[in-house]
Amino acid sequence: MQRGERISQILVALATIALVALPVVAATFGSTYAVTLATRLLIYGMVAVSLDLIIGYGGLISFGHAAYFGLGGYTVAILAFQLAEGVPIFGYDGTNEALVAWPLAMLVSGLAALVFGALSLRTSGAYFIMITLAFAQMVYYVFVALKYYGGDDGLAMARRNTLGGARIVDPQIFYYICLGLLAAVIFLVGRFTRSRFGMVLTGARMNERRMAALGFSVMRYRLVAFVIAGMIAGLGGALWANLARFVSPDMMAWTKSGEFMVMVILGGLGSLFGPVLGAAAFILVESTLSELTEYWQVLFGPVVVLIALFAPRGLWGWLTVRRRGA
Amino acid sequence: MSALHIAGLVKRFGALTATDDLNLSVAENELHAIIGPNGAGKSTLIGQITGEIQPNSGTITMFHTDVTRWSVPQRSLAGLARSFQITQLCQGFTAEDNVALAIQARQGSSFRFFADARKDRRLRDPARAALARVGLADRADRLVEELSHGEKRQLEIAITLAMTPRLILLDEPMAGMSHDESQKIVALLSSLKGTATIVLIEHDMDAVFALADRLSVLVSGRIIATGTAEEIRVNPDVRDAYLGGDA
Ligand SMILES: Nc1ncnc2c1ncn2[C@@H]1O[C@H](COP(=O)(O)OP(=O)(O)OP(=O)(O)O)[C@@H](O)[C@H]1O
Ligand SMILES: [Mg+2]
Repeated sequence: MQRGERISQILVALATIALVALPVVAATFGSTYAVTLATRLLIYGMVAVSLDLIIGYGGLISFGHAAYFGLGGYTVAILAFQLAEGVPIFGYDGTNEALVAWPLAMLVSGLAALVFGALSLRTSGAYFIMITLAFAQMVYYVFVALKYYGGDDGLAMARRNTLGGARIVDPQIFYYICLGLLAAVIFLVGRFTRSRFGMVLTGARMNERRMAALGFSVMRYRLVAFVIAGMIAGLGGALWANLARFVSPDMMAWTKSGEFMVMVILGGLGSLFGPVLGAAAFILVESTLSELTEYWQVLFGPVVVLIALFAPRGLWGWLTVRRRGA
Repeated sequence: MSALHIAGLVKRFGALTATDDLNLSVAENELHAIIGPNGAGKSTLIGQITGEIQPNSGTITMFHTDVTRWSVPQRSLAGLARSFQITQLCQGFTAEDNVALAIQARQGSSFRFFADARKDRRLRDPARAALARVGLADRADRLVEELSHGEKRQLEIAITLAMTPRLILLDEPMAGMSHDESQKIVALLSSLKGTATIVLIEHDMDAVFALADRLSVLVSGRIIATGTAEEIRVNPDVRDAYLGGDA
């Protein structure tokens, strides 16, 4: 236990240094590609951390997390679009300001998570997986059908949101914004999981019957966790829209939900930092294998299976937990 | 005043009537034992009192409030605590975590997101005290899966008592314990007598006769006799149905 914690701290410190230094190092090589790739890692990592809160800690296997990611992205893209078109939406002119649009993205995703969560948390096991997937597919098809917002083709953002009125042109600045937000998310989720709330959420995963007998209405705690995770995914989606300056229904496709799950499982369920590592591994593999073959997922599948078999606690667990008896 | 009052309770599983028009009244601060052969419907009765199992008909009244339609957590917060015949613990948590959760449940809302629950002395101090009471003080930091079967049974009781209940249901608490361990629990239960209402299901007749103020004998979902240990011992119906020749 003690040794594992020490290793975790060292790994986190090293990763922090590497992530802070990355744009500077990339700049000396004159590479912007690395910064873009690393920004994707930060955003995916953030969404994976949020998914870990419900899957890893809560034991709620949601197969629809991309819906909240996509809703967050569409919220900022639509607000910018309405402003540019001069057409108000729900009586609101729209905005290009991050300080307004990003919280709104979190609000929209959080509300969707509240409704879908309240309905799907009545079920459990395989039914829960299927119903979260079904809701996400529903959202997906709504946006495919919304021709006004580009339908299948998606919706471009002419430029990034402004932050407090200032434009975010420099990819390095945007990178550091994402890094700061990821750090804040990890800090908060870490707090949540160790709090009284987190003990109830985790306890309900381990033994729901016991928790009910103690007097906990576990469904309420699960719903709150589901909403928190949805809001963070919404923020991730808002950042993604700003990175790509484009949103499309692909953001909420079931394959995207699957990718987020792979990142969490790869990194280590219930390990807080692990999902970021999982996201890094995923992006590295995706960007290298996809250059070799467009069927890279056929190669990636077995890799994930092998890791699940030989490192059941994921990459993070494999790095930090001392193997017993070895 | 009665702490628990059950009237006309019926529970059917298909063709089987596991609880058959059952009536039972337990006075406040009484220790009431329920004995009966395997499959008599004892755990099914406990399940209905806690709310895990919904009866087909009948009413359950706790402290003069009809709780028949209440959920499990609602009844628990009203002062009911139960131990499970088959231990129900949070595997992956330590013994102390498990007890701390029971204490946390009685300290108001758990929608508290920021402070570290494992460093909260308002949870940890009483949790350690409860573990000490059942003799598990030195196992506090062990994960549940590292505990022996008997220790898990003791932990189950520590959790139940940590809920500071007014009404305690114990479903074969001593089953699977060593002789020494069960002696400790008998002593603990007898020290609790008069401070809470206890419904005790137990096969160990020595323990039952030593502890119970009154006993009820449950056979095929029906209570065939209720009375003091002496009355039950000499009751001819009970001798036929349950105690057999050796009582
Ligand atoms: N969920 C269920 N579905 C169908 N039958 C059940 C169910 N639960 C219990 N039973 C049956 O109801 C009867 C009473 O079971 P119960 O567990 O209440 O007995 P018990 O008195 O606690 O027995 P033991 O001393 O073995 O613990 C048994 O015949 C059992 O098989
Ligand atoms: Mg039983």
